[in-house]
Amino acid sequence: MATIIKSYEPTFWDKLYIPALVKGLMVTIKHFFRRKVTIQYPDEYHIPPEGYRGLHRLNKFPEGRIKCVACEMCSAACPADCIHIIPGPSPWDEGNERYPVRFDIDLLRCIFCGFCEMACPEEAIELTEIYDFSDYTREDLIIDKDGLLEVFELTKDQKYYSRKNDSQEPQK
Amino acid sequence: MDFLSFFIICVKVLLVFAGTLLAVLIMVYAERRVSAFMQGRLGPNRVGPQGLLQPIADGIKFLMKEDIIPDGVNKPIYLLAPVIMLIPALMTFAVIPFGSTITLFDRDIILQVADVNIGILYILALTSIGVYGIVLAGWASNSKYTLIGGLRSSAQLISYELALGLSVVSIILMSGSLRLNDIVADQQGHLLSWYVFKQPLAFLIFLIATYAETNRLPFDLAEAEQELVGGYHTEYSSMKFAMFFMSEYANMITAAALTVTLFFGGWDVPLLDEKSLGIWGAMLSVASFILKMGFFLFLFIWIRWTFPRFRYDQLMKLGWKVLLPLSLINIFITGGYLTLAALK
Repeated sequence: MATIIKSYEPTFWDKLYIPALVKGLMVTIKHFFRRKVTIQYPDEYHIPPEGYRGLHRLNKFPEGRIKCVACEMCSAACPADCIHIIPGPSPWDEGNERYPVRFDIDLLRCIFCGFCEMACPEEAIELTEIYDFSDYTREDLIIDKDGLLEVFELTKDQKYYSRKNDSQEPQK
Repeated sequence: MDFLSFFIICVKVLLVFAGTLLAVLIMVYAERRVSAFMQGRLGPNRVGPQGLLQPIADGIKFLMKEDIIPDGVNKPIYLLAPVIMLIPALMTFAVIPFGSTITLFDRDIILQVADVNIGILYILALTSIGVYGIVLAGWASNSKYTLIGGLRSSAQLISYELALGLSVVSIILMSGSLRLNDIVADQQGHLLSWYVFKQPLAFLIFLIATYAETNRLPFDLAEAEQELVGGYHTEYSSMKFAMFFMSEYANMITAAALTVTLFFGGWDVPLLDEKSLGIWGAMLSVASFILKMGFFLFLFIWIRWTFPRFRYDQLMKLGWKVLLPLSLINIFITGGYLTLAALK
């Protein structure tokens, strides 16, 4: 069924345009006094929502063993082919026998899809909330096992950025 | 002329010149800050407290930049154009009374650089000279964008100068003088003696025309970034660009000051006799003038971030088919009323 669109016949009041102009000015002045959305980055940090896929980390058990068993499921699942694992025998007596001797992630190749996290049977690899990890060289952006474990220490409590915000000097 | 009056004039000239330049700096800062606020941002707030030193940083940047003169420009005119635009822009403020009289060293000093008896004509003439800067810059740059920008701007200024001048004519009819001091004196007393209330239509036409005259949105076709890169100053860099920039802002300041003088009683504080309060009255009058002017400068920015740009034909239609007849009608009504009032 066809709809009949009635054309709007502007009244004299409309044709003056001045009321409409004033209405427009009122909109902008309302925005003038609104709260500003700017986050002044190095002074304050944006806290990403839960489930944000940032920098990776390798999880540890409370007693200090690495959860990873070097099954290479993550590197198999990785569409960007950025995870490189060299497995070896675990140095600890209890727990799993396998463990990663090397665990490198090329952050420049990574697309932060989170497939590794989903593929992992041991919940060893996880994406954290960290988003500011830029660096100057390509080499520095290949994160190794020690680096990934360090990220675990930083993000254990899921409060990486709120902690950073609290330690900032109060705003002028 | 004795030494003292010469000295007083020098001080006034310096004061107004420095004041205009300071106002330009504040305006550049305010433009960025207010536009940011209206868009939910913070704007420049790093240089100095609240970013107040930002315009100085900008100025230093402009001075340090490479001064490029493109190939194929008409060099003398290319170099002259920013000067032609800046000097009249800074000169126009001279005739605007920014306060009542102060009595110092046993003499009355009017707070105005030059008490010209054809003040309005002086302003209209000088702003028209400023247009040559735009046109010459557009032509001498040897670039299609600047040429179109210059052409548009000249066409726009010619069409809106008519409406501007005619809306001022009704004010002149009311006051019977071209002297800005007389016009201000005519608006003294209670609030309703301001010309906005007596001539609301003329005020509206004048306001719209000033936006076109100062090349501000919604009439900034001369420098429509989306079509013309930068308009008439596309090929300019460094301090020469800054001179165009400064003169645009200086024109805005003069336009705001003129609006206040013609329609909002100038330095008049409503319901107050400034002259009876001596020096404090003069201070108060200057403060009131700056306050009113500040509002109109804010309005410039406010309108810029509210309304979209006119299309070229819409601009011409508004200028010639709406504002011009309206201002003519307004003159007839004003003239008729004044004649009838005189006959009684």
